Parts: sequence; structure tokens; C-alpha cells
Amino acid sequence: MPQAAATAALTSAMRDKTCVLSLRGRLDVTAAGTLWTTALNAAAAQPEGPLVIELSALESCDTAGAALLLAMAEARPGATFEGADPQVTAVLERARKALVEPPPPPPVPPMPWHTVIRQGLVAAGDGFAFLGEALAAVLHLPTRSRQFRLADMLRTADQAGVRGVPLVLLLGILIGLILAFQSLMPMRRFGADLYVANLVAVSLLRELGPLLASVVLAGRSGSAFAAEIGTMKVNQEVDALNTMGIDAMTMLVLPRMAAALLVMPVLTVLLELAGLAGMSVVLVGSGIPLVAVANQVARWVRPADFYGGLAKAVVFGAVVAAIGCRAGLSAGNGPRAVGQAATAAVVGGIVATVVLDGVFAVLFYRLGL
Amino acid sequence: MSAPDPVLRGSGLAQSFGSRTLYHDVSFEVARGEVFVILGGSGCGKSTLLRQCIGLLVPTAGSVVVLGEDIYAATAVARDAVLCRIGVMFQSGALFGSMTLLENVMLPLEVHTDLPLPARERVARLKLGLVGLADSLSLLPAEISGGMAKRAAIARALALDPPLLFLDEPSAGLDPVTSAGIDQLILELRRDLGLTFVVVTHELASILAIADRCLMLDHDAQGVIASGDPKRLRDESEDPKVRAFFRREAA
Repeated sequence: MPQAAATAALTSAMRDKTCVLSLRGRLDVTAAGTLWTTALNAAAAQPEGPLVIELSALESCDTAGAALLLAMAEARPGATFEGADPQVTAVLERARKALVEPPPPPPVPPMPWHTVIRQGLVAAGDGFAFLGEALAAVLHLPTRSRQFRLADMLRTADQAGVRGVPLVLLLGILIGLILAFQSLMPMRRFGADLYVANLVAVSLLRELGPLLASVVLAGRSGSAFAAEIGTMKVNQEVDALNTMGIDAMTMLVLPRMAAALLVMPVLTVLLELAGLAGMSVVLVGSGIPLVAVANQVARWVRPADFYGGLAKAVVFGAVVAAIGCRAGLSAGNGPRAVGQAATAAVVGGIVATVVLDGVFAVLFYRLGL
Repeated sequence: MSAPDPVLRGSGLAQSFGSRTLYHDVSFEVARGEVFVILGGSGCGKSTLLRQCIGLLVPTAGSVVVLGEDIYAATAVARDAVLCRIGVMFQSGALFGSMTLLENVMLPLEVHTDLPLPARERVARLKLGLVGLADSLSLLPAEISGGMAKRAAIARALALDPPLLFLDEPSAGLDPVTSAGIDQLILELRRDLGLTFVVVTHELASILAIADRCLMLDHDAQGVIASGDPKRLRDESEDPKVRAFFRREAA
């Protein structure tokens, strides 16, 4: 058994005024692991006087063992080896050559705050540049229509839209249920049970519907776009496209953005309908007739609420898809980069959605919508 | 051979995929300190034979004895113990992309030895120094060239100081100079550390430079068509296929 054979031992003795550390047995990687701390301490802790590391009883030594011997010698300047057989000497020599000090890694200076801010601004500027590039690609589309592949767009729409329907329905029903239930309790104290319908319907249609659909898109598809394009980038497929004279923006980004634009209103409407259904379940369960709930919703929800929500959903969809694609296209090298791109896509998508939602709120207020 | 026990012995090895037989009755022995090359044209089963030797593919028939242990008959524990004592360099390096080179080499040390952290770092630095990568410790695999990746993969295979090293296509896809550098590295490691190498390759120059003995597989013969010293095979073999291989002639 390898473990049983892995034995080396260390003894220390005094010879005249010289400290002698003797090693015997086979100094392999397992033995080096066991002996490391003891041996280094023994080498460093010897009293004054020269140190000799006695190796004549050492049967064999591998490179890990050699690393230990060299570390011992280093712990005690002026230490010498004695009695090493040719094999051990050869390994020691090789190890000594291999362990020449590597150049110290360049110190990483702490980043001053203005650099952090500048980098943030540069990143935001890059984002706008990307949007501009996408816009330019759209303008050039008539001349590059063959590079925009409809099949890709439909496949993406299927992935991002159709396959997301069950999740969106589930989320919608649950959110409707929860909102209605949570607001029913306080509203009932004022005898305003019926107005729960207005509350939930307006908040769903104006805010929560587009917002949640966008979060779902960022989580399901933004990350997928980033991983897919990021892997293509890592495998030099994007470079291959460029050398073929195919614009990556037109071939990879536009179909995904178009697909997201198409599916987002649908997902949003489905989420809102499911939410209204969930709300109705709670209200009907609490004794309000379904007709009253329906009337209340129909009377209080304006078309502007619904269309405003849909307009937001379209913008969110385009931005989330663009951020996902951009994260993929700017991925670095290696498997870690793909993971980072996917994370950046989801985080960026959600942050951008929330920020844009705030902008829309101000805008709609100013426009009196 | 001087050593009584071969470090690697394959006897009667066969591999079939469904009804298709890749090879059968392949037997060989590798002595300690030897550089043993498995060669042959594409698709003859070189890499499959290597996979059988390192415990990744159960042979259809036959047995593999690595360092005295029949790896497919042994218990799982005994087999793992043997597999810890061999090093493997995969064709594309198979370095872990999310770790630096130093971390790649430190991983087996961390799992299999009691070395404290500074010791692991030192030993890993030594291994990378052995293959000439002392100044690239903190690079990621994606940031280095193909030749460096092969060297780093050899360093990782050396992490636990195995007496037996398997290299899959160490010089494939490298320029002649880098390739010759890898050959030299193999010979130096053999000389200085007394390692045994089993190398799968079809680079003719590399075979002639490093191999003590070789085993030539052939697709049509479904097995070994030649074995022995490659220089003698080149000069003396009567088999047209062997001659064609060593003289780089089209079949």
C-alpha cells in the first residue's frame, strides 16, 4: 500500500558544536506533508551554530521532499546538506533550479474613489454606445437583410416567450392572490373591501405587470443570451463572423432584441390577466360577487393605464435583451467569463428595469397620463 | 529489463463498441524509467488504449496492472489509491479554467496531502518551475499559449510526484520548436526524477526523439502491428504500413 510505505523520519542531534538534523526513509509527498511543520520548526529553532542536514539515511526523495529540504535550508541561513546519494542530489539540484524566485507580482494599488466613479461613467457610456450601435444596425438593416435571420428570431421568441408562459402565469396568479389578500385585511376595517379590486388592478396594470415580466425576462432570457453569446465569444465564433463579413450586431443582437420586443407585451398581458384572476379568487372567496369585481375593475382602470404598462413592457424587453447581448459580447476568456457575463446580464437587466420604471413614472406624471 | 516488476502491464486488452471491434489482444509491459510511446494513425485506438490504462474506460476484455495493482479487478479504494499515484496530461490540457496555474497545481496537493498552505504553494511553484513556467503562476489558463498550457498540464500531472506519467498528444498542435521543448522536458524529467512516461502521439519527430520503445496500433489489423525501438522499426521493418508511417508516405 502506498500509504504504508510513505515513511520518513526526522531526528536531531549535536555533533561537536554542530546541530545535525537527520532524515531517513522515503521522503515522498505524503511524508513531506506530515513532516513539513515539524521539520521547518526544528531547522529554525536549533541553538546557535552551524546546521547540517544529514541525508545519508534517506532512501529516496521526490520533488515535494526536495521542496521541504530546501525550505529547511532556507529557514536557517548557512545550512548545508551532507551525505546525499546521487539520486537525491539530482532531485535537489533540479528543484533548486525550478524554485528560482519568481518575479514578485506587481502590487495592486488601491483604487481611488474618482477612478471607481470614472469607470462607472465609462461603463454607462459603453452602454449608450452599444445602444447607438444597435440603432445603427437597425438603420443598416435594409442593406444587410440577409444577415438578420428570421429563423433565429422565431427560435429566440419561442425560448424567451412561449416557454416562459407557465412561469409568468404562475407568478401572476400568486402575485394577484397575495396582493388581494394582503390589502383585503386593512381595507375591510374601513368597509372598503370592494376597492381592493381597483387597488390591485391599477397597480398590476401600471407597475407590477411590466416590472415582473421584465424581471422574468432578465432571469430566464437575458442570462441565456449572455451565456450563449459569451460562449460564442470565448470560442472565437464572433471573430469568425466578423471575418466572414457578417455583422455580429445584426446577426446575434437584433434578432434577440426583436424577439424580446415581440414577446414582452404578450407576457405582460398574460401576467396581468393571471393576476386579475388570482385577485378575483380571493375577493369572490371573501363574499364579493364576481360581477361586482368585474364592474369595479372596468370602471376604474383607464385604457391609458393598460397601454402605458404595455409601452413600458416593450421598452423593458428591448433594454433587457440588449443588456444580455452586450454582456455576452463583452465577455472575457474562459469559463469564468461566461458565468460573469450571465450574472452581469441579470443584474444589469433588473437594475435598468427599475431605473427606467422610475423614469417612466416621472414621465407619465408630467404628461398627465 | 532490469526492474522485475513492470510499472504498467496490459494483457489481452480489447475494446469493442457494439459490434465494431477497435482492437483486440493488445499486450505490453512498461518498465520503470522508460519512455513508452503508443502510436498509430488516426482512429486506431491510441487514445482509447490510454483511457483504459488510466481507469477511465473498462476494457471489453483483458486487464491493466498499474504499479502492481489490477485496476479493474481491485476494490474502489485500492484503485483510487493507485490512480493518485499516476499523473495524466490530457490532450487539451484540461486545466481548470477558473483557477490560476498555481491553484491548478495546488488542488491535488490540497486534497491528498497534509501540506500546510505555504508548503503547498512552494511545492506547486516548484512543479511549475520544473516545466519552465515559474513566471506565469498567477495567469489563468485562458491567458496562456497552447505550449504553455501543455507544460502547465504536465506540472499538474506532476503535483503528487507520481512515478508514472501518461501524456496524451503532448506535442499536437504546437510549432516544431515548442514541440521539441516539450520532448526535451520529458527527457529531463525522466533523467532527473526517474519518471516513467507513457506517451500517445503520432508526431514522428517526437517519437524518434523520446521513445525507448513503442507500440504501433493499426485500424485495419485491429491491434498491434509493430513494437520495439522506433529507430529500428524505421530502418528495418518489413511491414509496409510501419514503413509508410515512419517514412511519412501516403498509404
